Amino acid sequence: MTTPGSDAEPDPASAGAAPGEVLLDVSGLKVYFPIRSGVFFDRTIGHVKAVDGVDLSIRRGETYGLVGESGCGKSTFGRGVLRLNEPTEGKVLFDGQDVAALAGEKLRSMRRRMQMIFQDPLSSLDPRQNIESIMTEGMNAHGLGGNSSARRTRITELLEAVGMSASALRRYPHEFSGGQRQRIGIARALAVEPDLIVADEPVSALDVSVQAQVINLLEELQGEFGLTYLVIAHDLAVVRHISDTVGVMYLGRLVEQAASDDLYAEPLHPYTRALMSAVPVPDPDVEDRRERILLAGDLPSPANPPSGCRFHTRCPWRQETRCDDEEPQLRELSSPTSVAPTGAARTDGSGAEALPTNGSGTDGPGTTGVGTSGLPSNDPSTSRGIAPAAHLVACHWAEDIRDGHLRPKSADQVAADQGVYIAAEGGLDPAAVIGAGRDAV
Amino acid sequence: MSAPARATTGASTTAPLLRVEDLSVVFQRKGEAATRAVDGVSFSVAPGQTLGLVGESGCGKSVTSLAIMGLLPKRGVQVSGGVFFEDRSLLDLSDSELRDLRGAEIAMIFQDPLSALNPVIPIGIQVTEVLTRHRGMKGDVANREAMDLLDRVGIPDPKRRLTEYPHQLSGGMRQRALIAMALACKPRLLIADEPTTALDVTIQAQILELLRELVVGSDTALVLITHDLGVVAGLCDTVHVMYAGRIIENADRREIFYNGRHPYTGGLLGSIPRLDAVRGETLNPIRGSARDAIPWREGCAFAPRCDHVQDDCIGAPPQLETVAGGHGLRCLHPLDRLPATETLVTLV
Repeated sequence: MTTPGSDAEPDPASAGAAPGEVLLDVSGLKVYFPIRSGVFFDRTIGHVKAVDGVDLSIRRGETYGLVGESGCGKSTFGRGVLRLNEPTEGKVLFDGQDVAALAGEKLRSMRRRMQMIFQDPLSSLDPRQNIESIMTEGMNAHGLGGNSSARRTRITELLEAVGMSASALRRYPHEFSGGQRQRIGIARALAVEPDLIVADEPVSALDVSVQAQVINLLEELQGEFGLTYLVIAHDLAVVRHISDTVGVMYLGRLVEQAASDDLYAEPLHPYTRALMSAVPVPDPDVEDRRERILLAGDLPSPANPPSGCRFHTRCPWRQETRCDDEEPQLRELSSPTSVAPTGAARTDGSGAEALPTNGSGTDGPGTTGVGTSGLPSNDPSTSRGIAPAAHLVACHWAEDIRDGHLRPKSADQVAADQGVYIAAEGGLDPAAVIGAGRDAV
Repeated sequence: MSAPARATTGASTTAPLLRVEDLSVVFQRKGEAATRAVDGVSFSVAPGQTLGLVGESGCGKSVTSLAIMGLLPKRGVQVSGGVFFEDRSLLDLSDSELRDLRGAEIAMIFQDPLSALNPVIPIGIQVTEVLTRHRGMKGDVANREAMDLLDRVGIPDPKRRLTEYPHQLSGGMRQRALIAMALACKPRLLIADEPTTALDVTIQAQILELLRELVVGSDTALVLITHDLGVVAGLCDTVHVMYAGRIIENADRREIFYNGRHPYTGGLLGSIPRLDAVRGETLNPIRGSARDAIPWREGCAFAPRCDHVQDDCIGAPPQLETVAGGHGLRCLHPLDRLPATETLVTLV
């Protein structure tokens, strides 16, 4: 019989493990998908580099949010960690064990400790199994929960924990609403007493009112069961709400990572800035006041990512040097005041302007420093005893951008530089599109 | 925070372009009870204005737009009430008259551009089809105009794109192509049903900017149907919130966001995690789901989910009453004011 007390320490191996120690440590993870062609012979003519060298670690009890737009590789990363997609390269250490090196029975029993919640609860629940059978399947497979009546008690408790009654046991997935199905998916994941839950877009298929219920539920369960989350989502506001640490992905790479509050208070990477400025806020005053950073064009193909910084083809802050040919690595920035105004002078040729700001320092080696000082983390926010993560960014010019020495170009300019045209401010004359010629109809 | 209610510019001065009066749509399948998807909806929109129709899935917002366009099937559907485009009653027009109007003066943009475009026909032919049908253009003239249209909505290399098929375009490009088709005849009314829901936020920002530029300062009216209150806050002049087929609250956008008084409006705003809010506060979701709605004739459909429900909410349905200039409310026990959101971060 399982009591709520024993739920908090689900695994004997992890008993006594303090929150804050690293539970999942991923280094250099790459997941490539071959592009095949040919009628008679399958020739591999290239690879889609969905995840292309991501390092990331998640501490016990932490919620790590991975954000990015569709096609950035965030889902593939989650699946790569669980080996639902076989990693091409890299190491995944889960509680000290290399998941990539496991096989057969060992891998299967390891998977009990890493569960997944999927985006679409209807397609991830077997329509022909009732809820009891869906929930006991995993317990049977891993030999958990004792005899069948003990299992029944256990899943009833779990259903209650996710806000559903035992009357659900005999019913089938189609009888429930989207939010209830998602609750069932969560209860199923909890049934095998996992340490880590990978939630891939757990609320994006739900209506806003139900979305908030599920977000609150995930937070409650984390406290109750001592869970560690990897939440993968495209919605920055949702990720900000639930995550302790946030990583931003672009074209298969992590471009920025920081404690949630730091990231949203001061996004450093141009892509993060553009992404955040694009998220609508339900507040007319804020919306009227905001300045949007419009990006030119679409995501480049992950089969053939741009050289240098992958974002340079759309970046409003792109510079003549380094961006195109030198791939930036994740690093901490040097402290705000040490950036020389000469940093801006170097870039005059490209149309960027020097802008004196409050933090205009006098000397110092602008952008060269792989910083050691780090940013002052203004709040020891996280409630579960997890220290705020360092603010890391992969951009050559992050200091100059932060200190206002470099100004963004408009999407029009970026598009012109890159040879693509995109409608943005001033790019479209309403009279030309709508007004003129109406009488000609 | 509490900005005074400001009358929307131009709303009172210009005659409305589209008037919807007491529109109801009833779906009746053989041997099944009738479903009232839209129930007495009224609104109007003037040239140069954007009207937002907001609600969760199943509230009837898309059915409303299809009824305006005359796109609902004839069998098993009863549409009643009035839809007036200037002085023409759209519900009384014949099919061929409607076809002349649709695409020419009224155009629609759908949520999923891939299913709205024909997958086996090149983009160019789909765009020129509209021009040929409504503007009598042919051959090179139509082609040049199509190229021009794609260029105007920001599609790079329009000449090449015209020969391509929908699957060869990215999601954002497809939506642009769809907008280009909608604009082909300089429509005076544009109905956009979740135009950015299928798109990434950065692409969404591009498309919303495009729509804003098309409407503001022109004499085109836009009806924007969306579930995203953030999109509404940035783009719409007036907002109508729907629940279970009825409008439960309407006002201009500042009034809705700062003085909204219906518990459902408040619940929606409380459910959304805000990018700029103080972190660590739990969200205040609405209980249950839209499935719990009771039929309006039995009382307030929102009553089963409402935190402020009282005995008299069940029984007689509340009426949409005007509480302040231009602010309509369908609730017996409205909120005094919305709980204010404390903002921490000033967004870049």
